[in-house]
Amino acid sequence: MIPELGHFALALALALSLAQVVVGLWGAQRAEARLMAATAPLAAGALIAVAAAFACLAWSYVVNDTTVLNVVQNSHSAKPLLYKLSGTWGNHEGSMVLWVLILALCGGAVAGFGGNLPSALQARVLGILGLVSVGFLGFILATSNPFDRVWPPPPDGQGLNPILQDPGLAFHPPLLYLGYVGFAVTYAFAVAALIEGRVDAAWGRWVRPWALAAWSFLTLGIALGSWWAYYELGWGGYWFWDPVENASLLPWLAGCALLHSAIVVEKREALKTWTVFLALLAFGMSLLGTFLVRSGVLTSVHAFANDPERGMVILGLLALYIGGGFALFAWRAATMVPTGVFAPLSREGALVLNNLLLCSIAAVVLVGTLYPMFADLLLGEKISVGPPFFNLATLPLAVPLVLAMGFGPMLPWKRARIFPAMQRLWWAALAGFAAFLLCLAIEGWRIGPALGFAAALWAIAAAAADIADRIALFSRPQAAWARAKGLPRAAWGGALAHAGLGVMILGLAGMGLATDKLALLKPGEATTLAGMEYRLTGLADVQGPNWTARRATVEVRDGDRLVTVLEADKRSFAVARMQTTEAAIHTTWARDLYVVMGEERDGGAVLRIHNNPLAPWIWLGAAIMALGGGISLSDRRMRVSAPAARPVRAEARA
Amino acid sequence: MTRKRRRLWVLLLCGIGLGSATALTLTAFQDNLVFFRSPSDIAQQAPAPDRAFRLGGLVETGSVARETAPDGKPAARFRVTDGAHAVSVTYVGVLPDLFREGQGVVTLGKLGPDGVFRASEVLARHDETYMPPEVADALKRSGHWNPAEGAAPPAATWNTLDPARAPAAGRSGS
Repeated sequence: MIPELGHFALALALALSLAQVVVGLWGAQRAEARLMAATAPLAAGALIAVAAAFACLAWSYVVNDTTVLNVVQNSHSAKPLLYKLSGTWGNHEGSMVLWVLILALCGGAVAGFGGNLPSALQARVLGILGLVSVGFLGFILATSNPFDRVWPPPPDGQGLNPILQDPGLAFHPPLLYLGYVGFAVTYAFAVAALIEGRVDAAWGRWVRPWALAAWSFLTLGIALGSWWAYYELGWGGYWFWDPVENASLLPWLAGCALLHSAIVVEKREALKTWTVFLALLAFGMSLLGTFLVRSGVLTSVHAFANDPERGMVILGLLALYIGGGFALFAWRAATMVPTGVFAPLSREGALVLNNLLLCSIAAVVLVGTLYPMFADLLLGEKISVGPPFFNLATLPLAVPLVLAMGFGPMLPWKRARIFPAMQRLWWAALAGFAAFLLCLAIEGWRIGPALGFAAALWAIAAAAADIADRIALFSRPQAAWARAKGLPRAAWGGALAHAGLGVMILGLAGMGLATDKLALLKPGEATTLAGMEYRLTGLADVQGPNWTARRATVEVRDGDRLVTVLEADKRSFAVARMQTTEAAIHTTWARDLYVVMGEERDGGAVLRIHNNPLAPWIWLGAAIMALGGGISLSDRRMRVSAPAARPVRAEARA
Repeated sequence: MTRKRRRLWVLLLCGIGLGSATALTLTAFQDNLVFFRSPSDIAQQAPAPDRAFRLGGLVETGSVARETAPDGKPAARFRVTDGAHAVSVTYVGVLPDLFREGQGVVTLGKLGPDGVFRASEVLARHDETYMPPEVADALKRSGHWNPAEGAAPPAATWNTLDPARAPAAGRSGS
């Protein structure tokens, strides 16, 4: 009964979304106030229907309803409750329902909080969001219904892939989807602006928080996924330039460019066409990511068994929404008159440079990710593009990006001179240079990590210099506290996000110095790595809730001092007939001690030991970046809608 | 600054950005494209010894041997087959959890002068029913799977390509 209700709710949501499209777009076109006013309740109704469908699916998972095919294939009664719930979106059908749920949530938010938008713009945005909803709801109902029944019901389910039974991965998809789908809203705003042929500061003020929120969630989602790969896959790495990973990086890069160029639209009413283009691009990249992950067209270490036919449907939707969006762009972009004029050397100029570099990086990643597919189609050659390509091709673009990141916030709008900015930043440059030399002195000729440390310190120090300058910490220290309190939160958020990137680069540079060692140890034997002694003290059997494991206990000593006892598992999941490796990790702020257990032979066990300097800073930095986004979002100006006059900037510098 | 000059600046910057991105991509492509070879490809024409490539196929049943490398590191030796030909592979390191005999596998490494493939990576999958597309393609080309007769059976049932020894039913993927 409950699954049928869920199925019905999905169909109802499709009907409501369809009504939302027609009423929203047609009503706005005919300027019918009553029709336009009806879009918001329709969006709320669609949200309720999709939420009900999702709740029904989650309920089927929680009670382990084995008459539902989807539950049978992906769940098992012996799983902990958290993983029964996360199993709801740990498979193709469920994850698509989650995707649509988040889209409906965004629609509900635009309907609920968008009362102060011009009503035609709100109706159009909701209409476009409804259009996206219709496509994906139709896709779910036609090809991947999660509520299909199976008869007779098997005694129990087949279990969730054990590697997905992990708290990190339980929350990874929802966060990632919040990011992906958040860009649907900026897309809807862009298409609505194209239809109206008008982009102004008020539009920018509406788009920016959405871009910022989507970007922050995407940052968290990617970081969580990377952290999961780090501790769960047990390869000791955090980023493999895998197609599925790149698929999440592409919208992040485009979204990062978008949220910066939206600042220019809001503050200066320049770069309008470009911002609209980026909004289309960011959502296009999100859809492309969904397509790459769901279709399995690319060989990926994260690939799951997929159905290429479903991939073709998503590709069709991608072509429809993005092709339609860009066609509209080509037709209507000329109607948007650029207004703000600026010199190449100015805040706007710096933001253009940021956009240019971010888009170049995105282009390189896109080519590297898709080239194997085209080589296969056109040349019939199976090719893969690995990490060396991406490192080599993106690094030269990332270096000027980080360099410009320090200068950008220091430059005034419209026209700037480089000398005053240099005056404020010389000590940040000095810190970077010192880090570069220090790293070379300690670690020898390792140019990559040294460059990373220099970039990290430069970014952090430049962000600090920016804040110090704005609150006049050095010139008028007695008034600094009062000025700090008066500083808009967007300024704090921006500086914090920039510093967060610096912290992340610090972690990346540290990981550039990581070492590892493979050793076959019998109980009692020891090996050393990076000054630490690792002694295997025992091998034992352990019983978990739905797994049994062989556990290697390793004592780590620094000289005579016991640092930690690590317990690395090799777990066997009976239901899924699968083994997973649980790395044992001891984290200090300076480094991660990381032990993975391999197979057992000759009375001993193969251990892979990693010494990962500064590893936790990678994810800490990402969290700081997302926090910066959050603080920026809480800025009063983000919530106040479209004030008539542009606010006069009190701290404007000549 | 006139609008015309500004546009010129923007165009120039875009040109530099696009140009450098293209140049970087092409340079990096030159050395970092990794080709896929099946055992039959290697039997036909041996690749250059100093060039890394990916070798894929099925792990031959009964071929996996664990041993210790000369420097005391644990190693594994197995054979990768596509039904028609097979290549010996050595790998120093911890084999992934889903590595087992009869399963599809993709390895990255270089072919030694003795005809033994020295793998630096053995790729793992999250899903036991997943068949790497390259491996499926290699099997098709070596004549062990005719797509006209239906979808590829689950990876677990490929085993040694001997229908009599395949398990009766495989799990269907979601």
